Formats: sequence, structure tokens, C-alpha cells
Amino acid sequence: MVNAAPILMDTPSSAPAKSSAYKPTVRLSPASLPSAHAPGAAAAPMGETLVDISHLDFFYNTSQALHDINLKIEAKNVTAFIGPSGCGKSTLLRCLNRMNDLIDGTRVARGTIKIHGVDIYQPDVDVIELRKRVGMVFQKSNPFPKSIYENITFGLRLQGMNDPAKLDEIVEKSLRGAALWDEVKDRLGASGMGLSGGQQQRLCIARAIAVEPEVILMDEPCSALDPVATAKVEELIQELRSRFTIIIVTHNMQQAARCSDKTAFFYLGKLIEFADTRDIFTKPANAQTEAYVSGRFG
Amino acid sequence: MSAPTAHLFQSQPNAARRSERATFWLFRSATYLVLACGLAVFGTIFFKGAGTVFKAEAPFINTTFFTDAPESLYLFEFEGKKYEMGDREFRAFKEKHPAAATVKSESYVYSAGGIFPCIVGTVLLVVGSMTIALVLGVCAAIYLNEYARDGLFIRFVRLAILNLAGVPSIVFGLFGFGMFVIYFGWNVSLLAGWFTLAFMVLPVVITASEESLKAVPKGFREGSLALGATKWQTIRLNVVPYALPGILTSSILGIARVAGETAPIMFTAAYVVGDKLPWDVAKAGDFFFQGVMALPYHIYVVSSKIPQNEYTERVQYGTAFVFLLVVAFIAASSIILRNKLRSRYKW
Ligand SMILES: Nc1ncnc2c1ncn2[C@@H]1O[C@H](COP(=O)(O)OP(=O)(O)OP(=O)(O)O)[C@@H](O)[C@H]1O
Ligand SMILES: [Mg+2]
Repeated sequence: MVNAAPILMDTPSSAPAKSSAYKPTVRLSPASLPSAHAPGAAAAPMGETLVDISHLDFFYNTSQALHDINLKIEAKNVTAFIGPSGCGKSTLLRCLNRMNDLIDGTRVARGTIKIHGVDIYQPDVDVIELRKRVGMVFQKSNPFPKSIYENITFGLRLQGMNDPAKLDEIVEKSLRGAALWDEVKDRLGASGMGLSGGQQQRLCIARAIAVEPEVILMDEPCSALDPVATAKVEELIQELRSRFTIIIVTHNMQQAARCSDKTAFFYLGKLIEFADTRDIFTKPANAQTEAYVSGRFG
Repeated sequence: MSAPTAHLFQSQPNAARRSERATFWLFRSATYLVLACGLAVFGTIFFKGAGTVFKAEAPFINTTFFTDAPESLYLFEFEGKKYEMGDREFRAFKEKHPAAATVKSESYVYSAGGIFPCIVGTVLLVVGSMTIALVLGVCAAIYLNEYARDGLFIRFVRLAILNLAGVPSIVFGLFGFGMFVIYFGWNVSLLAGWFTLAFMVLPVVITASEESLKAVPKGFREGSLALGATKWQTIRLNVVPYALPGILTSSILGIARVAGETAPIMFTAAYVVGDKLPWDVAKAGDFFFQGVMALPYHIYVVSSKIPQNEYTERVQYGTAFVFLLVVAFIAASSIILRNKLRSRYKW
């Protein structure tokens, strides 16, 4: 690996920007942002390790939720997190964009999470920059009570993009990307809250991809959806996999089997097994994994 | 089996049934009693006040009551006829009929003319103090709800706010007098009244704002932060706008209180009588440092004059009637504003 340029750090543009081989269009400052929307803004090619979690211990106050997690997540792949309720899937997911920072008393006691080789828990990391690169779709769809258009442009406006033509273009592109364009193109001014549950969730996905993150974290995105809407979101994940690195938490074994390339099985805050999805479901190495995926516990 | 039953589910009188009916009527009559009290209060003000505010001939509204300043009322007998006139009218009359100059008259202060300066004063007091209270209150609520971590200090702050809500309004009046009127040297002034009233409603505004902020789903904050918004951007764009309708709703209660309290303004902002309207000032800065007349204080002043009779009663109830109208008007405007905001951000 090349020397990790401080891509996520809040140091100004004096940082050695182009020293790294695999991040040609690195976002260092708001000024360089528009390039993220140029074609080929992708940073890591498929198959490279993008997120590297090593020896991670995580605490809510005094109770340890994650024990010694070691996981390498590959770029442009879909990784599924499975495991019984309360095993720490959401906790780990929320560590990756530091959403856990919002909860008082949480801390990473040991270990590191590196994205592009940069430890995201380093003190000089700009969390805002991190979250622009690592987007999130929540279990309970949460479109803002604004118009569909404003929902999509929210993240872009934050980054200072105000050109209406450009915004229109990205809105259409993102909605098409989220397979929602045909359903809403005539009512972009209507409230995002007026959509059906499945449409709302796809709107949230569109909102997340509008800012062109590298990683999209999805925490049980289909748990509140009916089978048809679920199928649509799954289809969408298949389309997005070539452009984004996707990490999805799911309780639905079929969904994990259908959508993901790699699967991680967690139990009681520990990573039990991490392997190709096919192997996890056909020949799991661990007895607990086998019991869980075959529905015998959990 | 005792009584013959017609069918399986035949109802039988029993204790549970009787107590059921009794409770029902207890609650129902309590509600009606409240209704009756409300109607009695509003009915009295309406019927007694309507005589002052409306009149029999076109345009049916006693416009001078709304547009004139208070005057003394003179009752006298002249050449065998009885007259009742306001101050200015009486002087004009005496000029026209020099013989009337020595006529014996009874006079009642403030029982003629209108209450325009009081309406203006009350509106100014409400608008100014609610602005101060909302700005301070919403900022404090944002800090308490979004930024502060729960600790000993914050618990102490909350306790202080809770206690402040229980302080009698006359104490706020004394505080305002000591602090703003004397110590800051603002004298009896709009500014002193604004701050005194604002401090009085601040606990209501803070508590209400905090409740409204709490009611904004966590998902909006998380969604916003996850898109790379800073905390302040999130609060400004995705929390406060959704909480505003709720904040306004509960502030309406504050409006009625600010408009109606007499004690906090009697030492800080209210004049018994002001000979100039608030905008008749030499320089713009003086605007803030003048006292004003106010509706509740005017009712108090008129009611504490002796003797009381039908003439003073006219002004009292007329003023009360107008007071209710003014409060209703201000409250209605904020309800409209709130509904506008609410339809914009519906969740
Ligand atoms: N905010 C919190 N404060 C304290 N403990 C928490 C908090 N959130 C989660 N936990 C604890 O951390 C552990 C892991 O929780 P987490 O939400 O990550 O589980 P999960 O695998 O996502 O479960 P589910 O499938 O039900 O969503 C649980 O024991 C839970 O009780
Ligand atoms: Mg979870």
C-alpha cells in the first residue's frame, strides 16, 4: 500500500494530494468537490481493500458491544452483515461513518478502522468529509419533510453547489440511479413524505448517491418494505454495485444470499465468520454460522 | 333464577351499571360547569362591552372608541337639557355658549373618548416582548436540547427555569423596576417593559420550544448528518424549521399572558395617561425610552377610580372587550403563520 495521503483530514490543500496511486480525484477541499461528479471519480478499483477494520473493541459506556473485530471490506463489492438481533451489526456499521459519535458515552477502546489506509478515528479527521464519502441509508426511511427535489439537492447544496442546471441534472441522474425517476418525475415539487414506504426508501438511497459517496452503508433498508418494494431495492443494489461499495445489514437470509458478494456473520459482538456469500450459505466453516443460516437459531 | 329473562343478553340493573352512569354524569357535569363559567365571563364582557363598542346607527361601530385618546366625561344640565360630553367637546360647547361657562358639572376621568393609545401600547408591548422571548427562548432551548450534555449544571438550569415559571408576575414587575428602570436607568419605558415581560414568559417559551425540538424525529437529524451536514447546518435546516409550528403554537399562550398581565408593566412600562402617541418622538432612539398606555393597566386605572358607576363601567367593559379582540387578533395571526409553516413541513 502506498503512503496514505490524508484524504479525510481537515488539513487544507497544502497536503500532498496526488501522492497516492489509487486515489486520482481526491477530495481535499470544497474547491475540488465538483470533480467528484465527473465520470470516473471512483477512487478504489474493484477488489481492493477499501475499509480495513482491525482489532476493534467498541463500548457503549461500560458495556462492550464489539469484541476484536477484524474485517477487510473490498471496494465495489456488496458485503452483507448478518447475525441475530443485538449482535452489534448496526453498531459496527455506524462506526464506519462515525454516527456513533452522536451517542454520549461511546468509544472505540482499541483497534482501528482505516478507509483508504487512513484511520478514521484519528483526532485530525474531519467527520464531515468522512460522512460525505461514506453515505448511509437508515432502517426507517427518513426523507426530509421537504420536496423530493430538495431532498436530493440537500447534500449538494451543503457542498456549495448552486447551479440550477447542474442540480437538475444530478437530481435526474440520482433518481434514475435509484429507479425512482419514472414514478416521481412529474411531482418533484411534492413532499418526500407523501411517497409510499418503498418509494421513500428509494428516495433516501437517491439522496445518498446524489453526493457521490464511495461507500454506502445500509442498515436493514428493506425491513419495513413489502416483497415488491424489497425486490426493487435489491434490484437497485445490483445496479449500484458497479459504482459504489455497499455494506448492508439484513435479517433476511435470502436477501444476503441474493445481493451480496461477501457475508460477515456476527454473534454476541464477535465476528464469527467472514467469507464469500456462496460459501457462507453452502459450506460454512463454523457450526454457529451453519446453525444460523439454516434457521436453527437466532 | 329470579326475574324472567327475555333473552340471553337481557340487561339487568346492578351496581356496576349504576356507578357507570354516575361517573359518566359526574364528568359530564364537570365539563358543562367549565363551559358555563367560560360563557359567563365572555358573555358579561361581550354584552356590557358591546354597548360601548357598537352603536345603533351606521357604521354600527363606535369608531371614536378605537381612534381617540381617553378623556374625562362631563355631565351637566344646561337650559333644561341634560348633556354628557367629553373634555374637548365640553370646551367647545362652553365657547359657543358663554353662559355655560359657569355651569355645574360632574366629571369622571377617562370615561369619554377612546382607548387608541392603549391598543397601540399593548400591541407594541406584545410584539416587542414576544420577539425578545422567542429569540432568547429558542436559542436556549436549542442549546439545552441539541448541544448540552446532561449533567449537574444542566439539571440545575432546568430547575431554575421550572422555578421561574412559578414566580408571581408582581415579582417580575419588581425585578424589572429594580433592574431596568432603576439600575440600567431606562426609566419607565417600552424597553424596560419588553424585557420584564419577556423574562416572565421565557420559561413557557423555553419549555415549549424544547418539547417541539424533542418532537422532531431523530431520523431527520441523522439523515442530515449522514449527508455531511455540520451540527449547526442540521439544526438550522433540518430541525428548527420543523419545530417552529410547535414553538409558535405554545407561544400563543405566552401572547395572551404578555398582553394581559398588569403587574409586570405597572412599574416598568405603563403610563396612566400618555399625551403623545408612541411615534411622536423627537428622535428615533427616544421611542424605546418612553412609557406607553396599555389595555390591562387602563382597565385597572379606570376600575380603581371612585366613584364607580355606569359611566366608568362602560369604559371598563369596552376596554376588556377590545382587549379580547386584540389578543384574539394577535393569536389568530400566529395561528395562520403556524398553519402556513406546518403545511410546508408536514411529517
Ligand atoms: N445507544 C445504545 N446505548 C447502549 N447500548 C446500546 C446502544 N445501541 C445498542 N446498544 C447495545 O449494543 C449491542 C449491539 O446493538 P446493535 O444495535 O448494534 O445490534 P444489531 O445487531 O444491529 O441488532 P438488530 O438486528 O436488532 O438491529 C446490543 O446489546 C445493544 O443493547
Ligand atoms: Mg440494528
